Parts: sequence; structure tokens; C-alpha cells
Amino acid sequence: MMNANGVLPFYDPRFGLTLGLLLLASLAPAGVALLNTGLGRSRSAAQSLLGCLTMIAAASLAFALIGATIADGAAGAGHVLLIFGRPWNWAGTGPLVLSGFANTPARAQLGALFEFLALALAVLIPWGSGADRLRLTAGAALAAVLAVVAFPFFAHWVWGGAWLAQLGANFGLGAGFFDIGGAGAIHVLGGFSALAVIWITGARRGKFPKEGLATAMPGHSAVYILFGCLLALVGWMAFNMAGAVLWLDAAPAALPLTAINTLLAASAAVLATFIITRVRFGKPDASLCANGWIAGLVTSSACASLTPPLGAIFVGLVAGIGAPLLVEFLELAASIDDPSGGVSVHAASGLWGLIAAGLFAPQPGQFLAQLIGIATLLGLILPIVYLLFALLNRVVPFRVEPDGERIGMDLHELGGGAYPEFVVHRDDSYR
Amino acid sequence: MKYAGLLVMPAGFFLCIAAILLFPASASRNAFVVCGLAVEAMGLVVAVRGHMSGERR
Repeated sequence: MMNANGVLPFYDPRFGLTLGLLLLASLAPAGVALLNTGLGRSRSAAQSLLGCLTMIAAASLAFALIGATIADGAAGAGHVLLIFGRPWNWAGTGPLVLSGFANTPARAQLGALFEFLALALAVLIPWGSGADRLRLTAGAALAAVLAVVAFPFFAHWVWGGAWLAQLGANFGLGAGFFDIGGAGAIHVLGGFSALAVIWITGARRGKFPKEGLATAMPGHSAVYILFGCLLALVGWMAFNMAGAVLWLDAAPAALPLTAINTLLAASAAVLATFIITRVRFGKPDASLCANGWIAGLVTSSACASLTPPLGAIFVGLVAGIGAPLLVEFLELAASIDDPSGGVSVHAASGLWGLIAAGLFAPQPGQFLAQLIGIATLLGLILPIVYLLFALLNRVVPFRVEPDGERIGMDLHELGGGAYPEFVVHRDDSYR
Repeated sequence: MKYAGLLVMPAGFFLCIAAILLFPASASRNAFVVCGLAVEAMGLVVAVRGHMSGERR
């Protein structure tokens, strides 16, 4: 049935399938929100979850108003530069404020919904890394900045048929940069934003004493953390399958393998982390195992649609071995206070997933295309995000006042705690 | 020091872009892209070291 403008929005039977998958994909941000909250301290739990809501809200509004214009990739349209005779599509030319959205083709509508959900997931990553010291207003502001600048450009380059997606057609590099489930656009971008937030806000009070080792500040709820992992699994499977339909034109018959590969990557990763923490500490560590699980899921975002099951297990295994070691290295050797593991889990595993996608993709030159995408994230996106956040920090200070950190973000920012009937720890409890 | 590292990183990115624009042959193209990534990694290390010295001060 045609609508008033003669456009057939629902002509494809995959429309309903993809829409259903995208609705399930919203469980991924829910899982990450629970992880963020559980990995933070109890006196900041309400602020952490409220922050997840406000960040998603600010990012969604900013993306709808401006970001979607840049990210738009309908019919490969966009602002094009000619460099050395080669076209470089660098920004979309969509309408502002999603005007006329209802009349755009069904595929473009689904693509936009995918990008909204991807953005919702990406902005939660720096929020978790800034736990216990990042202010709510700063979180909302940085989410809006990501939604207007960093995310839309990269999303357009990858999913909007722009220069990274065209590396194959223009330079003979495989099929262009592959980022089917958002390993780069969501996780590496979010992880690098987390690194920028950590660099700007600094560590939590008492985390790195002038002498001795870093102070352990364990998460307050293993139940939130592990339940968040289970929610995330459903969301990730849905994200990867929806991405395969939208960006890889995968047939519905190929989707079960994508879901199975997602589960296998996470399973291999969590078992590897389980064994490593069991060997190193005598008992498995719940929060590190959760980090391993998420690391496996993140790698699957890049390559679940491309690898055979054995490949997914290998990719997850490497992520599961690397994640706990990197968490420890970043904390002890690099003085990076990252409560939720945004850098080690999302950024590093996302980069590994993108490399693995290049290794397993059958097209010649694909590996180099993946390296170019990684170079863009590391060499262009990270410095830009840091610069923007540093400027934003001058307008909206990121870090809470010392008193706020001492009494907890809940009391300081909200006036009440998440668990009013419980006794909460003070900093002295950790020394 | 952190800013110096962050300034080095785009240089690596442009090296990668120059490689795919200027070198049609795959061997030299690959080598230059890897060099670009190495420059970016070096910039990241410098930035991280800058952060470390600030945290421990």
C-alpha cells in the first residue's frame, strides 16, 4: 500500500524483521547502563543510572536536530571533495530536524534508527569511565557533542556510503571499511571518548596515592554487573543481525549464524577471562569476567557476520585473554582510572574486532581497508574528541567538586541516595 | 606532553591517507599505512605518558 506521496515504505519483508531486531537492540544500552552502575560505587548509583538516561536523551535530541543531517547517507548523497581526482564523500546532506523523514525509503528509516541506538550505546561508554566524579550536566553536554560532531561524521563515512565505505570502489581495498555491528562507530569511538574523559577529569580521589600501588575500588553490585551482561547479549545479537541486514545486505537465512557467532565470541571470551583470573588471583573475578564477556561481544560487533564459528571462538578468546590483562596494565602502569573498562573493553576489543574482520573477510585488500578505518579512529577521531571535550570542560566543568566526591554523587547531585536504608562506604573505608 | 602526543596522531592519519592516494602498488602502500599507524601509536604513547606524569604528581 502506498502512502500519500506514493512511496512504498514497507515493500521489503525484511523491514519487519529488521525493525524487530532494532527494538531488541535497545537492550544493549540497558545492559551497559546496569554494568556502569554496578561497577561504580553505591553512593553514586542513582546518579549513574539517571546519567545514562540524560545522556541518551541529550544525544538523541542533538542527533535528531543536527547529527542526523551529517550522518545521512541516502542514495550515497553527500558533500564530496575531489582530491587527486578521487571523490571523498565526507558529510551527509540530509534535512535538518529529520524533516520529511516519514517519506524516506524504508531502508533509510531503519538505518537512522540503527544510528540512534548505536549513539545511545556509544555515549554510555564514557559515562561509565567517568563514574563517581563526572557531573550530570557535563555528561549530557559531552553526549550532545558526540551526537553532533564525532558520531555523525564517522557513521556517515562507514554506514552512509562515504569515503571509508568507498575504499573498495575508489582504491581497490576489498569491499571498503567493514563495521557491521558498530565495533568502530560505537565501541572504539565510545572507548576513545572514555579515554578523553579520563584524561580530563583525572582519577577518583585516592585512586593513585603518591606512594604504593593503585587503590582497589571495587564495583558495588556484582548482580547488576552480571545481569547487565545477560541483557547485553540479547542487545548485541540483535545489533549484529540488524547491522548484517542493513550494511551487508545479508539474507535472513544468514542471521542465525551471526547470532551464534556473537554468543560464541562472548562465551570464549568469558571463559578465557575466568581461567586467567582464576590462575592469577586464585578465584575467578566477577567484574573482570563481566569485562571479558563484554569484550567478546564487542569483537563480535565487527566480525560476527564474517567469520565461521571457529573464527568467532578464536576472536573471542583473544579478547577474553587481552581484556583483564589490559585492565590491569592501564590501571597499574598507565594510571588510567577507568571504573567500567571503557578503554580496555570497548576501545581495545573494538580495534581487535576490526582487525579480525580484515583477517577473516574473503576480499583481497580488506585488511588494509580495516587498517585505514582504525587509523581514522585513532589519528583523527580521538584527537578531535579530546580537543572538543577539553574546550567543553572550560564551559561545563567535567569533574565534581571535592566535597561532592567525598559525600557521593547521589547526595551531591540528586540530594538523595539510591539505597537510603543502607550504610554506604566513605573514602576512609578503602585505606 | 599530552598535547604533543595528540598533535602527532593526526600526522599518522594523513600518512595513511597519503599512502592510499600516492602509492598504487600494494607493497609500498601497505608499508606506508603501517608506518602511519606506528606514528599514531607513538603519539598515543606520548599522550598516555603525559597523563601518567600528571596523575602521579
